[in-house]
Amino acid sequence: MITLPLLILFLPLVSFIILIFFGKKLPRQGDWIAVGSIVTTFFFAVYLFIQMILTYEPGFSHGASFSWIDLDAFKIDLGILVDNLTIIMLLIVTLVSSCTHIFSLEYMKGDIRYSRYYAYLGLFTFSMNGIVLADNLISMYMSWELVGVSSYLLIGHWFEKDSAADASKKAFLTNRVGDIGFFIGIMLLYTAIGSFAFGPIFESIAIGDSIAGLTLTLAGLGIFMGAVGKSSQFPLHIWLPDAMEGPTPVSALMHAATMVAAGVYMSVRLFPIFTPDALLVIAYIGAITAILAALIAITQNDIKKVLAYSTVSQLGFMILAVGTGVYTAAFFHLLTHAMFKANLFYCSGSVIHSMHHALHEAHDHKTDPQDMRNMGGFKEKMPITYVSMLVSTLAIAGVPFFSGFLSKDAILAGALAFGQHHPEHFLLPIFGFGAAALTAFYMFRLIFMTFHGKPNMKDIFKDIHESPKEMTGPIVLLGTLSFFIFYTLPYYNPISDHGWFTDLIVPQTSAVPGSMTANEIAEHSHHAHYLAMGLSIAVATIGILLAVLMYLKNIISAKNLSKRFGFLYDWSLNKFYFDENYNRFLYQPFLRLSETVSWLDWEFYDKYFINGFGRVTNLFSKLSGRVDYEGIDQGLVDGLGRISGAAGENLRKIQTGRLQNYLLYVVAGILIIIIVQAF
Amino acid sequence: MHSLDSYLFISAMLFCLGLFGVITRRNAIAVLMGVELILNAANINFVAFSKFNGMNLDGHIFGLLVIVLAAAEAAVALAIIINIYNNMNTINVDDAAGLKQ
Amino acid sequence: MTEFVFWFVAALTIMSAAFVVLNNQLIYSAVALLFTLFGIAGLYVFLWADFIAGIQILVYVGGILVLVIFGIMLTNKIRSVRISHKSIQQGVGGVVTFWFFIFLFIALSKAPWAVSTAVEPNGTVREIGILLLTDFLLPFEIISVLLLGALIGAAVLSRGEA
Repeated sequence: MITLPLLILFLPLVSFIILIFFGKKLPRQGDWIAVGSIVTTFFFAVYLFIQMILTYEPGFSHGASFSWIDLDAFKIDLGILVDNLTIIMLLIVTLVSSCTHIFSLEYMKGDIRYSRYYAYLGLFTFSMNGIVLADNLISMYMSWELVGVSSYLLIGHWFEKDSAADASKKAFLTNRVGDIGFFIGIMLLYTAIGSFAFGPIFESIAIGDSIAGLTLTLAGLGIFMGAVGKSSQFPLHIWLPDAMEGPTPVSALMHAATMVAAGVYMSVRLFPIFTPDALLVIAYIGAITAILAALIAITQNDIKKVLAYSTVSQLGFMILAVGTGVYTAAFFHLLTHAMFKANLFYCSGSVIHSMHHALHEAHDHKTDPQDMRNMGGFKEKMPITYVSMLVSTLAIAGVPFFSGFLSKDAILAGALAFGQHHPEHFLLPIFGFGAAALTAFYMFRLIFMTFHGKPNMKDIFKDIHESPKEMTGPIVLLGTLSFFIFYTLPYYNPISDHGWFTDLIVPQTSAVPGSMTANEIAEHSHHAHYLAMGLSIAVATIGILLAVLMYLKNIISAKNLSKRFGFLYDWSLNKFYFDENYNRFLYQPFLRLSETVSWLDWEFYDKYFINGFGRVTNLFSKLSGRVDYEGIDQGLVDGLGRISGAAGENLRKIQTGRLQNYLLYVVAGILIIIIVQAF
Repeated sequence: MHSLDSYLFISAMLFCLGLFGVITRRNAIAVLMGVELILNAANINFVAFSKFNGMNLDGHIFGLLVIVLAAAEAAVALAIIINIYNNMNTINVDDAAGLKQ
Repeated sequence: MTEFVFWFVAALTIMSAAFVVLNNQLIYSAVALLFTLFGIAGLYVFLWADFIAGIQILVYVGGILVLVIFGIMLTNKIRSVRISHKSIQQGVGGVVTFWFFIFLFIALSKAPWAVSTAVEPNGTVREIGILLLTDFLLPFEIISVLLLGALIGAAVLSRGEA
């Protein structure tokens, strides 16, 4: 039972290692290794999934671990945990990853770093599976960081573009800010409980003697900070729209279906440690994110930016669900969102790919192929893309018969129930439903601007054509999965979420003593269910109607509206100036601080202290040099030479050649010898 | 009373004077004269010892031989000096400094 | 009386010898040498060496001194009696010689000479002659060969470039 998950975990890593070292030398740059390994893991995941369906055991859980560090005071065990949640996540990750690999065969054809791209995709899949399979906070954190690294590498795939390089850095650094909180949370738990593994942590919290109250809330919020960073929640949502600089298949994989969902998955996994206070904060953050992102998305003109903000908004929904307690709904939405959002990205990738080719034919390199104002009327030219995108849009808008309706409805029911039971938190359902309405609006705006109406650039319109089958294959597959039926089996009710999913994913009770039990939450949301369903259909209809009026029938002019509400339009178009304010109030002061510190270090410390050392050493060595050169070399060594020379010069004078001098020396010598002998 | 010591004293004086002459004088013939003085001093010694040792005439014989030697040597030396004078036109001993380094 | 004469002769000898070595004029030196040799002959007489005294005057004064004067005449361009040659290194030479004399003096005065008295002989000529041809025959012959050699040598040397 653990071999298959381990294989699923490590096969992409093997692919990464092979491709990173030998990629360029392999035939076709080794993409078949990557695709092969991913598709194999997908089949393994399908096998596990079928096993899960066959055994149909809601409480299924299986784990294995090994001791990594074992010092008496400090022990860390690493291992994997496989339960229903894990299996579904593995399926999602491998499915979307396989679709991305196949989609990229065509989308990234001829790219200059083709093999490296596939290598990094393998690395990412490995790390994402690492998060999914982790049974303790340390290995989850390690995989968490690895996922961040893969995101950095993939967003910055075309790093020659400054905007891409900046975006990848922004993504990584913003993630790191969240990860600081994550790590603090982990450490708070560890110091109180003494273990990193989920099981022991939940048990210890349930007993309640090791950690409780404010500390537990803070630990929970700390860990949730990781989700805020990774899943791009307010206030760390700034990186996801910029991450659209990466290739579209990467956006589909990471920033729609899997990486950003890691935060939601982690919150779901660690649901038992959140206190009611922490859950409240989580709910608010989710709700604020949902409405904020939706408000920005309605004015964006770049097709990928709309989808990016939409992702942020939907993630807000999922976090809201976790906060209000209906975590099954959160995970359900994660699953359906993965399917239709990935599909939406692939379809947009298909459209952009087509626009690229058409602009290239017309030798136009200035027009932005991602701007929707350059599109229009594509539905006859790209039928498959159109139909699939339409299906996914209906799903995200929450129209019955589609998967998104079921999951979104469940979330809104939970929010409504929460609002009913805690009337002071009325904003939560209001934000939720508001965001749902806006979602319907801007998604259909996208459809109408891209596929309907008259083409805005007639000269390139003739070159627009449907994409090849490597791209349309995943699109068709995921579009199909946007229908409701796949999630409600073995039941056929299109408006009830009762099915295999809700059977197998059993909501867990929070381990924190005194929280509402899962049953209570389920009951409350069940009461609110029909009201929520009606409300959500209503808001969806309003949104779609508004989009039809503005963009299909052109009855209400978007331009006039934007002029009348110029101030609001401006705010929305410029993403509420978050980046600019962060820059002014956070980055610049910090940069000035580091400039000051650097100046202190350079002008004071280096110049006086360090250079002082240098000067003293210099002085000393000069002195030593002088002693050596003048004293020893010139004095002693040369001196010996000079003495010899002088002695020679002077003694030479004895040899005068005059006999009489010699005679004198003889006599004197005799005398001296005699005198010496006498004494 | 003129004892042996007085004769030895005289001969010592003559010897030193002769030595002084050899060491000091520049003219070759003057050097020769100094040499004669030395030889004579030695001769006085021989004869004095001969008298004060029971009139042993060995000393006299030796003195005779010394005189003969001195004569031969003076003759040869003067021949050399004259040769030098003919060749170098000077008999200054400083000019015969071929051994000078 | 004899004392006085003895010391007079000794003084004469020594002063003439000093004159020989100290004077700058060569001819004066040669004449002083003459007086020195005479003085030495006188000392020989005091030493009962009559034969030696005679030989001294004959050979030394009559032969060698004359030769020296010949040499002087032949090696100088004589215009007058004034042939002067300065001396060198008189200072150091004087000091060394003086100390040498001091040493000699100390040595001879300290040495225990084996002295024995003797009777004045009637004349030494006969004895010397006998000795020369009996006890000292070999040195006598060798000395004659040496004289021959000196004769030939001097003759060769003074021949000049023929």
